[in-house]
Amino acid sequence: MARKWRCSLRCRVARLSVRSPADIRLLDRGLSVGEGLAAFNAAHGEAGAIASFLGKVRPDGDVKALELTHYAPLTQPGMESLAQQAIARFSLDGVLAWHRVGVMQPGDAIVLVAAAARHRRDAFDATMFVMDHLKSAAWFWKRERRGSDPDGEWRWVEPRGEDHADLARWTTPD
Amino acid sequence: MAVRILFLGPLSDLAGAGEREVAGPLDWDGLLASVGPQVAGQLRDDRVNVACAGKVLADKTALAAQDGEEVALLPPVSGG
Repeated sequence: MARKWRCSLRCRVARLSVRSPADIRLLDRGLSVGEGLAAFNAAHGEAGAIASFLGKVRPDGDVKALELTHYAPLTQPGMESLAQQAIARFSLDGVLAWHRVGVMQPGDAIVLVAAAARHRRDAFDATMFVMDHLKSAAWFWKRERRGSDPDGEWRWVEPRGEDHADLARWTTPD
Repeated sequence: MAVRILFLGPLSDLAGAGEREVAGPLDWDGLLASVGPQVAGQLRDDRVNVACAGKVLADKTALAAQDGEEVALLPPVSGG
């Protein structure tokens, strides 16, 4: 018993760490929001501001499940490149972008983005910049299953016009 | 050896499978001829991209896939 206890203590000490300046992950199971943000905060002790965004499967309507697919040769490199753009554009200390793939239930986390900067405006703006690009310019495809039938039909989710408008504002002069 | 064609997102439903192998080399006309009329129709849409060997093609009609390479058909995305 005593040995087991020592082991669990050691595991708790070996906390999750994030890569700096960019920590980009595709996760095929649970996304640990608290741990991610705590590690990101610990990694950026010089930052004066950290903003974050958590996107979730909306628990409204009759959506029972959501599935995200990706294309590995493009998706992760694309997210890494997006992170580098954000770091350069907003003078960030660091950025975190974790995105789920696979099947999710209402209430589950889909995406976590965080940005660390000297001041709040850059942190807020960078978080929005990364999210707007993940919504409509990253290699993900989403489908959902509605209704009570567990073998019900899956439908692909079309990109929304608003998402493209949100993306376009980053290419027009401020 | 062959060229592997991957159908991403909704294109997999239209193709009836997630992937298919065809004899290489494969150019644009060869691709249109080997994916069936429904997917070929989608491919002509400007919003549908084509990647070859892990790179998105700036001009998809210039496709020149060799044996052993992977061609991914990428419909409009919906992430986040």
